[in-house]
Amino acid sequence: MDLQIAWRNIWRNPRRTTVILIAVVIGVWSMIFLGALMRGIIRGMIHNGITTLTGHVQIHQQQYPDDPSIDNSIDDPAAITQVLEQQLSDGSHWATRVRVNAIASNARHNASVTLVGIDPPKEKALSFIGSAVTQGRYLEADDTNAILVGRALAKRFETKPGRKLILMTQDNTGQIASKAFRIAGIFQAEMESTEKSYLFITRKAAQNMLKMGPAVSEISILLPSPDQASQTAQRLDTQLAGQQLAVRSWQEALPLLQSYLELYDSFILIWFVVVFVAMGFGILNTTLMAVFERMREFGLLKALGMRPIRIVKGILTEALIILFVGILIGNGLGLFSCYALSFHGINLSALAQGVEYAGMSRVIIPQVIAKDLLGANLVVLLLGLLVCLYPAVKAARFTPVEAMVHN
Amino acid sequence: MVAMDIKMAWRNIWRNPRRTLLTVTAIAFACILLVFMFSFQLGSYETMINASVTVHTGHLQVQAQGYQADNEIRLTIADPLPVQKALTAIPEVKAHAPRARAFALISSNYRTYGIMVEGIDPVAEKQVSTLADIVRQGKYLDAAPPDDGLPGALVGHLLARNLGVSVGDELTLLGQGYDGSIAATMVRVHGITNAGMDEFDRSAIQIPLNAFQDIFSLGSAVHEIVILGHHLSDTAAIKAALVPALEKIGTRPPLVTLDWESLMPGLKQAISMDLVSGAIFYLILIMVVAFSILNTFLMAIFERTYEFGVMMAIGTRPARLTRLVLTESIGMTLVGVISGMLIGCLVTMYFMAHGINLGDASEISRQFGIPSVLYPKLTLVSMLAGPLAVFLITLLAAFYPAFKIRTLQPVEAMRQR
Repeated sequence: MDLQIAWRNIWRNPRRTTVILIAVVIGVWSMIFLGALMRGIIRGMIHNGITTLTGHVQIHQQQYPDDPSIDNSIDDPAAITQVLEQQLSDGSHWATRVRVNAIASNARHNASVTLVGIDPPKEKALSFIGSAVTQGRYLEADDTNAILVGRALAKRFETKPGRKLILMTQDNTGQIASKAFRIAGIFQAEMESTEKSYLFITRKAAQNMLKMGPAVSEISILLPSPDQASQTAQRLDTQLAGQQLAVRSWQEALPLLQSYLELYDSFILIWFVVVFVAMGFGILNTTLMAVFERMREFGLLKALGMRPIRIVKGILTEALIILFVGILIGNGLGLFSCYALSFHGINLSALAQGVEYAGMSRVIIPQVIAKDLLGANLVVLLLGLLVCLYPAVKAARFTPVEAMVHN
Repeated sequence: MVAMDIKMAWRNIWRNPRRTLLTVTAIAFACILLVFMFSFQLGSYETMINASVTVHTGHLQVQAQGYQADNEIRLTIADPLPVQKALTAIPEVKAHAPRARAFALISSNYRTYGIMVEGIDPVAEKQVSTLADIVRQGKYLDAAPPDDGLPGALVGHLLARNLGVSVGDELTLLGQGYDGSIAATMVRVHGITNAGMDEFDRSAIQIPLNAFQDIFSLGSAVHEIVILGHHLSDTAAIKAALVPALEKIGTRPPLVTLDWESLMPGLKQAISMDLVSGAIFYLILIMVVAFSILNTFLMAIFERTYEFGVMMAIGTRPARLTRLVLTESIGMTLVGVISGMLIGCLVTMYFMAHGINLGDASEISRQFGIPSVLYPKLTLVSMLAGPLAVFLITLLAAFYPAFKIRTLQPVEAMRQR
């Protein structure tokens, strides 16, 4: 019955209730929608970072992270891959790579690049390169002098598939190794810097050119979900202890992204609180109005013997209903906005250079996560009730006489 | 009559002080937030721009057309002298310095990397960039050639680590000269630099310009002349003065003036993106505030239906009532907006003096080369834009109830009590 009375009380002044409902709806909608957009931005960044050769977990020789050179290679990758076979769950992918700094040149141009030797079939499941070739073809396992070049580098070098490219780098013995490759394909990447800095050949070709035998620079692992990264990295680290290796999760390998993640966490929280404060004033003011209008009524109720606590309960119930309805509609609209944008996202290609500068991906697809949804709704509901406690207590304090004299 | 209206409106506003205070506070809250946030955004943009500008890029650069895109060694400013003369004549120019650049293999005893090597004029460079200040070990380059005959070099600390060299070590430089000849020399590391910007620290190596021109057979040619104005805002004036001067000099390939926006298009776009997304957030916030306070405006009228009825019955025209109610709403909004703006300015000024510590975000600040303490920048625009937006949108909210009055009929209105 309390609920029914509260419901009827709310609609005694439909215009006022509608106005405050709209404020709550816009507030909740903006929390959910803009929160999801911010999550989408950071997810795009992480996705970029992980697929641009990081993977969820990386294994290197211990010195490699500080000194990424051929001297710090993993000499016996077979011992590690055996452990990986046993330890990793189904649905995980991993591949070995050779990665060295090199100089690429043709007749007219030269540039400093990162040369990556990959296992073509395995790499396909692991990083962006497997699906990034837009012109020419992807690498095949037995290619010995085929190379994949980024679109931006190909443009700068005024070259195309079928043309030659000379690579020069330091081999395992400290000598300069130089070899001509033929461009098999051109790849496109999310970031122009990726297209400019990475060149791909087969791992075997790299090992031959660099005289490094079976050694590799890194092993990259992709897990079924990025959340398992830290745990898996720790487990592998204990399994592989004593082999002078650095096993790092993507959070450790990409500290910049980890800081962004934390920064966005606080952004979202601040946004929730700011929006709540903005609508909190409205909720408080509206409830106060409703209470003071009904001063006489409360006085009468008290004179008839109603306990103050029931008055507090009644007013809080009214506030709860308004908040609840507002949250419901706000959630609906917020989720609908996210759903509507989930197909194509917000495309920022027109600002490609700015997007790249900020390290974002070109398309932002909103991402709703339970933590934010729960956070937004709890902030509104709990703080909303807290704010309404003031008018509720105020109403309960009206003494019958003073309330009935009023007006 | 206007004076009386205002007096009446002012008294009406304070008939319900609690409600008015809450409404004013809501408006002020939005204004404080907007003034502060907008100033903070502007401040960090300026810090970001200045960081990039002073570490390396300069406010403007003169280059041969096409050099920016390709960094081709052949695209030179063959004779920098007339350009430098023209620059000296422009009063807004604080300093300028020539640079040359070429791709080369740098080898230490253990490692070889391919890097863009830069030739700088040690004396002039000091005036346009912070290069001399970011030498963390060893010393800056001397203007005079060193005693041992080996040109000095400054190396970024990440590059130095990758090469495995420290101050005093020798490096071999191997590249291709302007005329296609082999350019090879030894240099000695004089100093290790740390700009706090990973990209720069990983790839920077500077040697004296005259040695560079010898090694790469450039003669007196350079690739860019970096220009620093007295202030960022001088950029446009310098560009306007420089373009006709360069036309007069008229070389092949033609020389172009590039300002920092075209030298770093990513930075410019990232800033506009941040501004636009900020604007969206602010707009939504203002809308929430507007609906929050719309009830106050509405109530101020519906509570007083009887009163309006009486006033109309004794001959007050509806237009005057509308004006009265609008004056009340505007008065209330103005109190909120102005107090919010003032408090916002005070808060901003406090942080302008003390800075905002970003704390753990140091990875991010290294990415963009900004210090971990940021300062907001209060300008006329950042002070007024937010409050003005709040004022206009709130005004919109006030219109609806104010015009509602026109539909009132005196008799019916007085019956409602």
